[in-house]
Amino acid sequence: MEFGLWQVWEAGWVPAILRGASITILVGLVSMAAGLVIGIVCGLIKWARIFPLSLLVDAYTSLVRGVPELLIIYLLFFSSVEFVTRVVTAFGYAGVAESGYAFVIAVIAIGAISGAYSTEVVRGALGAIPNGHIEAARALGLPGGRIFRRIIAPQMLRIAVPGINNVWQTTIKDTALVSVVGLQELMRISFIGANSTRHPFIFYLIAAVVYLLITLASQAGFDGIERLLRLRTRK
Amino acid sequence: MMELIHLAVPVLLKGLWVTAALTFVSVLIGSNLGLGLALMRLSSNRLLSGFAKYYSNVFRGTPLLVQIFLFYYGLGQLPLIKDNAALWWVISDGARCAVLALALNTAAYTSEILRGGLMSVPVGLVEAAQACGMSRTLRFRRIEFPLAIRQALPAYGNELILVVKGTSLASTITVLEITGYAKRLMSQTFAIFEIFAIAGVLYLVINLLLIAIIRSIERFLMRHETSSRRVAAAPSSAAS
Repeated sequence: MEFGLWQVWEAGWVPAILRGASITILVGLVSMAAGLVIGIVCGLIKWARIFPLSLLVDAYTSLVRGVPELLIIYLLFFSSVEFVTRVVTAFGYAGVAESGYAFVIAVIAIGAISGAYSTEVVRGALGAIPNGHIEAARALGLPGGRIFRRIIAPQMLRIAVPGINNVWQTTIKDTALVSVVGLQELMRISFIGANSTRHPFIFYLIAAVVYLLITLASQAGFDGIERLLRLRTRK
Repeated sequence: MMELIHLAVPVLLKGLWVTAALTFVSVLIGSNLGLGLALMRLSSNRLLSGFAKYYSNVFRGTPLLVQIFLFYYGLGQLPLIKDNAALWWVISDGARCAVLALALNTAAYTSEILRGGLMSVPVGLVEAAQACGMSRTLRFRRIEFPLAIRQALPAYGNELILVVKGTSLASTITVLEITGYAKRLMSQTFAIFEIFAIAGVLYLVINLLLIAIIRSIERFLMRHETSSRRVAAAPSSAAS
């Protein structure tokens, strides 16, 4: 049987794929936001070498960046499954929390991974700020909070944009991995489509194209942001 | 606890060899392909450079998991591949298919890294080699490539670690390597954190080993520069 794009459309897969894509983007955005918060806090700790905490941050970033993402997802998923089902059934909500639960695990896993990479980006950006700027601010008697807000943060954000772009691209691609725990995002939908129609080629090809469109669009967006920030600096 | 270690460690060590083999073969193929793609990208032929550019954008813009599934489940559907014995041999086995996907994927990243290295070679050096009458291949072998690889090596080390982590996705297409065995052990023993810790240590050991190898290659390539670099670096650090 011939099975092409038209059959995919006729069988009603297009809305499902679009819904999957929007869940992929949602997981990506929420995880990225969580990752940025982790990255800024941990990056500051690493940069300022706040003693006992910086050891913890070092352990966190080298562990997460050295161990496969899939293994981290398995750890979080399997270790929490039992715990969560016990809690949920104790409150009499068995089955209700299923879908939201996979989303939460996905965000925790992907957020932790993207946080580790963001930490390195933030630390690198902080290191690139000339020391003299901070010394000058201190000499003017600015309080610590205002030095961070007025001197450190604006420069750090500008320097970090290309690195953040890289982390975002990796994050959106990593969301495909949470399909293994059953979250109905783009990859999972394609998997279901491929299995139920027995035409995997077209479904995975569509998934690849949608991911490519997402990464190309965000690349264009980041190019725009970089251009915008460049205008405001003196040559 | 001791029981668990006795049970899990031999199994995961079996997986370690599979992970190492997948990494080694993929890197071997991927680095050569990547070098070819980097050269294509920098060539003045619009067709070649265009192909290399699109290749690298497509492979870097889609998740590795999608590529692996597309190759393993998708390609077998195409009559072109079904009828070709050699291609079918590659596609029909999970491990071979994973190597194919990993090699093509790392080739895209490698080509970007090497392109950066090749572009950093000063034009004057290439012109000097031309003036000496060196042929194109000799120039590449003696001048451009050695300088480019020195520049590219640290970034390539990171890429190698990404390949090691990428081999874990082979477990999704029936290949039992560290992550595949770890998942199986997790669901058998319910000692999830302990299994994760052992598997994680194995990955960290591989990565540390790779970093050490890359560092020693770097030191070997830079052996004539260490003393002059230190002298050059000293005044600038004193000034700041």
